[in-house]
Amino acid sequence: MSENGKINAIVATDCGSTTTKAILIKLVDGEYRLIVRGEAPTTVEAPFEDVTRGVLNAIREVEELSGHEILDGEEVIHPNDGMRGVDLYLSTSSAGGGLQMMVAGVVKSMTAESAERAALGAGSIVMDVLASNDGRLPHEQIERIRHLRPDMILLSGGIDGGTITHVVELGQIISAADPKARLGAGYNLPVIYAGNKDAREEVVKLLENKTSLYQVDNLRPVLERENLGPARDKIHDLFMEHVMAQAPGYSKLMGWTDAPIMPTPGAVGSMIEAIANRHDIEVLGVDIGGATTDVFSVFQKTFNRTVSANLGMSYSISNVLAEAGIDNVMRWVPFKLPELAVRNRIKNKMIRPTTVPQALDDLKMEQAIAREALRLAFEQHKNFAVSLKGVQQERTISEAFSQSASGETLVNMMDLDLLVGSGGVLSHAPRRQQAAMMLIDGFLPEGITRLAVDSIFMMPQLGVLAEVHERSATEVFEKDCLIHLGTLVAPVGTGQEGKPCIKFETTLPDGTVVNEDIPFGEMKVYPLGIDETVSVKVTPARGFDAGAGPGKPFESTLSGGVVGLIVDTRGRPFNLPTDESERVRRLDKWAAAFDAYPSA
Amino acid sequence: MAHAYTPGLRVSEKTVIRKERRLPIKGEVVVAKGDRVTSDSVVARTHLPGNVQLVNVASKLGLPPEDLPSVMQKKDGDPIEKGEALAITQGFFGFFKSKVPSPCEGTVESISTVTGQVILREPPSPIEIDAYIDGEIVEILPEEGVVVEATGSFIQGIFGVGGEKTGEIAVAVDGPGQPLDESLITEAHKGKIIVGGSHVTWGGLQKAMEVGAAGIVVGGFDDPDLKRLLGKDLGVAITGHEDLATALILTEGFGEMAMAHGTFDLLKSREGRKASINGATQIRAGVIRPEIVIPLEGGAVDVHEGEGSTTGLEIGSLIRAIREPHFGSLGKVTDLPNELQKMESESMVRVLMVEFEDGEQALLPRANVEMIEE
Repeated sequence: MSENGKINAIVATDCGSTTTKAILIKLVDGEYRLIVRGEAPTTVEAPFEDVTRGVLNAIREVEELSGHEILDGEEVIHPNDGMRGVDLYLSTSSAGGGLQMMVAGVVKSMTAESAERAALGAGSIVMDVLASNDGRLPHEQIERIRHLRPDMILLSGGIDGGTITHVVELGQIISAADPKARLGAGYNLPVIYAGNKDAREEVVKLLENKTSLYQVDNLRPVLERENLGPARDKIHDLFMEHVMAQAPGYSKLMGWTDAPIMPTPGAVGSMIEAIANRHDIEVLGVDIGGATTDVFSVFQKTFNRTVSANLGMSYSISNVLAEAGIDNVMRWVPFKLPELAVRNRIKNKMIRPTTVPQALDDLKMEQAIAREALRLAFEQHKNFAVSLKGVQQERTISEAFSQSASGETLVNMMDLDLLVGSGGVLSHAPRRQQAAMMLIDGFLPEGITRLAVDSIFMMPQLGVLAEVHERSATEVFEKDCLIHLGTLVAPVGTGQEGKPCIKFETTLPDGTVVNEDIPFGEMKVYPLGIDETVSVKVTPARGFDAGAGPGKPFESTLSGGVVGLIVDTRGRPFNLPTDESERVRRLDKWAAAFDAYPSA
Repeated sequence: MAHAYTPGLRVSEKTVIRKERRLPIKGEVVVAKGDRVTSDSVVARTHLPGNVQLVNVASKLGLPPEDLPSVMQKKDGDPIEKGEALAITQGFFGFFKSKVPSPCEGTVESISTVTGQVILREPPSPIEIDAYIDGEIVEILPEEGVVVEATGSFIQGIFGVGGEKTGEIAVAVDGPGQPLDESLITEAHKGKIIVGGSHVTWGGLQKAMEVGAAGIVVGGFDDPDLKRLLGKDLGVAITGHEDLATALILTEGFGEMAMAHGTFDLLKSREGRKASINGATQIRAGVIRPEIVIPLEGGAVDVHEGEGSTTGLEIGSLIRAIREPHFGSLGKVTDLPNELQKMESESMVRVLMVEFEDGEQALLPRANVEMIEE
């Protein structure tokens, strides 16, 4: 910090598996703003094997671009004095495969699921979930632990005062596997025990000599409530102490930063949670990377995160094809390409993951794959972001008839207020309209939803910054990080192309009066700038619901963005025609409505 | 700007190759520093701990877990045979005794009075690792393995399947652009590493497997054929554990693509020599590419190359386009403009100007070329 205790300049880095990104934030005219961003290849692997090389290179690029001096040799200059030095240096990391965990609990859909939620929320990749009822024999579970070599294990199970036997059995399995840590041969694997407090003594007997055992409060003390905070915090501490400290160069980096290094997805998650809390809204965020796709959501004030470890746009691109199937990918492509060519092309991207689409058709192909990756990752998220299972509920007769039960998904697209996309394919799409279309097609929002993208993917750095200096993180997030694309109006219901769907009435800021009956099967985009709002009247036709109920009209004030006001009457559920030429005609029509691609 | 470089795959005529051969867990190294070894020489061995079996003795006998010690016939650490009694109840006056037999041979690892379970560990299983390449032991990693060194040719592929194999190099095509089909493969290729040209057909691959070839090194292969070979769509490029008698290494990529001249000519010049190949590929953090190692007897090394190359692109550098619309074409860099340029896709990228072998000039994203090291 500077001598007067004020924060004037901040540098933050994010060490990804391929690229290390640095941002410089400064206080300009009383406001925190992003000044520049720099990047350099990550240097965790041979021949460098020292993450700080990449960090220094990325910061040097920031220095060159901004003229602000940050480094004195290999040291970050503290404090800030004009164009020299910074008051805070922070970092996140997902290099070297990020944080990889195994979790265990007694019942797969109860304590094991809570443990998984705690691990995911902390920013980890969950390699496997062990449960007493997961259908595997003990020797199979033991073999699995040995084979996977996680960075740490989170053991839960039993509510306080509940089963001891099953928890001890899980402890026995971990003990028999005698697990070894993934990095560094010379230390014991960290195991966090967050289960029934009555089983602690037995768990200690079993594991204290074979592992580095830590105990925290039960993460599911009663069936009706989760208490994930203590387990999540412990995971963060151990991530620093054990995992990061073993990775090449990290002990040096840990000495440089002014706050603990956070796992990248953990930092993004806390940013998403902060937006939802600040504005009291339901938020869905996605980060589509090369290897993995993370989905974050806050619905009914509950935060959830999922990682689809093998859905991504480069390393995992071929797996998107394998999981979605070629027909699902090709349905988004507005031209014909033989299956052989498609398959070879996708495999070639997998084996040379750093290439970029040069030709327009190639770009359309990649964006088709992105839609499917988003759709699949979101499916997984919906299945995971559910209310607590096993909770006894008192029900009224009508609830019993509507079959509502514990364990239902919390994700309700009609309630969603804001959808934020980030990751190369969305943040770096040549036209923002393309990002909007990918988000709409991948997630199929319903009713009224604002859409945004993370301009240059700096949510990780802002997430870690929010932990120590919330004001700067918030200001930069609102002004420089989020790019609002606009607001989407998408009625639920289906019909025939050309038949009535909704009536849309508004007066745009330039005075244009819109009074349109928009038939089913259309995409309409009206210009409405980033800081502009308009009052609209939406009247759905019979059988369609745009947010107020089937056939019910409503008025609302909607915000604009770089794309504008979008009306999507293609229906929910959404279906594409099976007839090839008809499908291509519609894709072309919708892309034209957005002016998404240069005309041929 | 940070220094941008595009490393190519290594193709070295003569270099020093070092291979670390490590046991998965600690064990015994059976060779000494300075020993000459062949690819199949065992260099280290160990025993993997046996499988674990859990037997809930208390529930089998209908006893509370805390009563377990009174019926156990074995204690922690005792050896036990399959079928031997683990626990026997007293019965009534010596009659109606119940017995729990051991489901396996092994040792008793623990007896729990909380869960009523007895953990048995089966006998350890031996594993050995070989030298993989012909060469000399230059370093001993105590209790863990060795480093084998050889002087020879070293070629990296872009993608492969199948693990480590050895065999003699046999070139089956006339040139790098000729596809390898079944008509070119004969019984004489048994145990050989067959070098093809632009592509191996499904028929060619099957024939190679039928005659028992050790491996195939070729420019390209079709993805639908890979799916047939593996029995599934390969989602993530982590390979090497497939149970294939014939390993397959691609030097260029998927589809039909002439093998680079340099690679083909080098393999041709090594025809008849013994090579060690490994199809294992991992395209993730910690990249592993498939490889072909051809040890040569003795002789000083002309060129010693480090792991990977960090040479920057320069005007005159030889490159290969690695993405449509010029995929596979070779050319020379003629200009390296600094400014970002807009592509047909409207992506703004750093570019280079290239003149292809046929004289055509094109602007390509720097990310879409691979340097060919001469």
